[in-house]
Amino acid sequence: MTAPSTTTTTAPATTSADTVVPVRFDFAAALKDSLKSAAIAFGLSIPILAFKTDQSGGDIFLTPRWGLVAIFVSIIFGVRLLQHAFMATKAYRLATPDPHQATEAVHAEPNAFQKVSRFGIPFFLGIAIGFPFLIYLIQGGMNESRYWVDLGILILTYVMLGWGLNIVVGLAGLLDLGYVAFYAVGAYSYALLSTTFGLSFWICLPVAGILAAFWGIILGFPVLRLRGDYLAIVTLAFGEIVRLVLINWVDLTNGGAGISSIPRATFFGLPFTAGEGGFADFFGIEYHGMQRMIFLYYLILALALLTNFVTMRLRKLPVGRAWEALREDEIACRSLGINTTNTKLTAFAIGAMFGGFAGSFFAVRQGFVSPESFNFLESAIILAIVVLGGMGSQIGVAIGAVVLVGGPEVLRNLGFLTAIFGAGFDPNEYRLLLFGAGMVAMMVWRPRGLISERQPSVFLKERKAISSAHVKEGHG
Amino acid sequence: MSTAGIPLSVDAGVQPGPARKPLLSVRGVKTFYGNIIALKGVDLDVHEGEIVTLIGANGAGKSTLMMTIFGDPRAREGTITFAGRDITRMPTHQIAQLSIAQSPEGRRIFGRMSVFENLQMGASINKMAHFNEDLERVCTLFPRLKERLQQRGGTLSGGEQQMLAIARALMSRPKLLLLDEPSLGLAPLIVKQIFTIIKELNEKDGMTVFLVEQNAYHALRLAHRGYVMVTGNITMSGSGKELLENPQVRAAYLEGGHH
Repeated sequence: MTAPSTTTTTAPATTSADTVVPVRFDFAAALKDSLKSAAIAFGLSIPILAFKTDQSGGDIFLTPRWGLVAIFVSIIFGVRLLQHAFMATKAYRLATPDPHQATEAVHAEPNAFQKVSRFGIPFFLGIAIGFPFLIYLIQGGMNESRYWVDLGILILTYVMLGWGLNIVVGLAGLLDLGYVAFYAVGAYSYALLSTTFGLSFWICLPVAGILAAFWGIILGFPVLRLRGDYLAIVTLAFGEIVRLVLINWVDLTNGGAGISSIPRATFFGLPFTAGEGGFADFFGIEYHGMQRMIFLYYLILALALLTNFVTMRLRKLPVGRAWEALREDEIACRSLGINTTNTKLTAFAIGAMFGGFAGSFFAVRQGFVSPESFNFLESAIILAIVVLGGMGSQIGVAIGAVVLVGGPEVLRNLGFLTAIFGAGFDPNEYRLLLFGAGMVAMMVWRPRGLISERQPSVFLKERKAISSAHVKEGHG
Repeated sequence: MSTAGIPLSVDAGVQPGPARKPLLSVRGVKTFYGNIIALKGVDLDVHEGEIVTLIGANGAGKSTLMMTIFGDPRAREGTITFAGRDITRMPTHQIAQLSIAQSPEGRRIFGRMSVFENLQMGASINKMAHFNEDLERVCTLFPRLKERLQQRGGTLSGGEQQMLAIARALMSRPKLLLLDEPSLGLAPLIVKQIFTIIKELNEKDGMTVFLVEQNAYHALRLAHRGYVMVTGNITMSGSGKELLENPQVRAAYLEGGHH
């Protein structure tokens, strides 16, 4: 292992800080080493991967596969780099007393992860905003990028659902296994309102959110006294009740057959149609079916970012702080004068509202809703996104959604694995197996989720000078 | 001074003279856990500006009384009044809003939230009005917390957590401060420090304090008045000094070396 090694002597707190040499993440060295690994991988892959022998009649043809080699080498490079980042972070952590726990003030350098996350968030946001264009450039055409934009929409829907559920589970600490019920309420609200009354998406969206919030409160009341497992069971039942009502109330919901031909979303009144008065016509550009997809992509991106923005703001407000305090200790909360009933209900209502928004987006994207889309598995996936991402962490939940929703789709496309495992190998069949193994591995190595560290909602900028008299030993 | 203590009389031999109404008054309170009776009719008064302590052995019902004042569990019989208002049937958060603050048993700080956020939670009753002022004040009282404002509550030492629990309670500018075993599990030096701060609060700010303690020696030395509780009953009451010198109290709670 060429990772920077450290003398991890656990320095007692009394020794002066300069005996501990903090190991920083040396990016240049890590990059160099990763490049070296990539070069070795490249060398090795020339005889192993680069050429495929195809037999045609008596002749053998060599088919070059440089694309595969490139993928392979870049994976090696990326994994190596990540490994360095991990090792450096770990070594740094071992070498430096935790600023949260140190008895003496510690000069804390941001570790590699924090460094990455400082640039990571704008980077990911940039990727998300530029995604349709990037895909267009990579795939080289509108039609070719359809699948990827569609996948992007799917992932963002789950990011939004994850962020919505994060309010209930991550912040308020109320384990909700029936979140999909609000997703369903939102979807059916739009489906029914638009097909029955011909209301537009932009009117139905807030209505769907309000209705879902209302159902959130309805769920909230009976479960006010419950916590943990008991709460989980009741919310699970609630999710199932909503689904069964949707199936059996045929007069209203058309039962299991679902509601079809739901009106499409319009660009503030401009439909995405080829004819006159459509979006393309209005802006004088050529009509393309992908325009609607790209619009939907940005719509869900905006909705998801709205969810994130509202959550981040709420965390800084008394109500958000009360949610988190409620998660920590309900009795202490009450004795500090917090009305825990209202606090829980607002968490349920606001979480449900975002589920409702996502639901009505789902309906407008699909053009069709049926109770099948809202089974327990959906709730489980959304909860898994929150738990795997790290409860309460916004960026963690986003990564969780990308991994859990995008991961299986990527596995679907790993065609080159047939080169390793033989032609009969269909990665699609092992998709869920690999996925499950990945989840188990995650829970072994990062049992509290990908991003488990909770960032305080308030950062104090100035560090006030403290007289040494207060920091002396034996002063409490 | 009577040598046999002052059995079962509530107001006997108590110094704060004028016939003021007590700030907190507990009358005939009975509390049950299911069918098990925990408080068998407790009478107790706390006057404004006093430090009153309640001592007793494990399981005597001290913490139950503390929780009953806060409405959880609720008293099945009897009345509790605070500043002239009947709070017996009030929900806990409303009782807190009448500016009674509590540093509960086991501290119950918010472990994953920073010290600063914990203090913000303490100020939520008065809607963060004069937050900075109050923050400054508790930071002066507990300089230890000042350096740890950004740190997560769960990473504090036991003594610091206790300080945080008290500081959080103080953030709401309470009229009455209830402290449940602030010395629990702390080193003698820190216990001393915390008790000094309680005394300071009382003398400088005129804070009324109701202190539940097992550490009878320290508590009685600090308090103006004390009550002794045995299996759900108040058996004795008197000034701190009287109780300290009372042979029964000495035998039951102080022998075996006071520290």
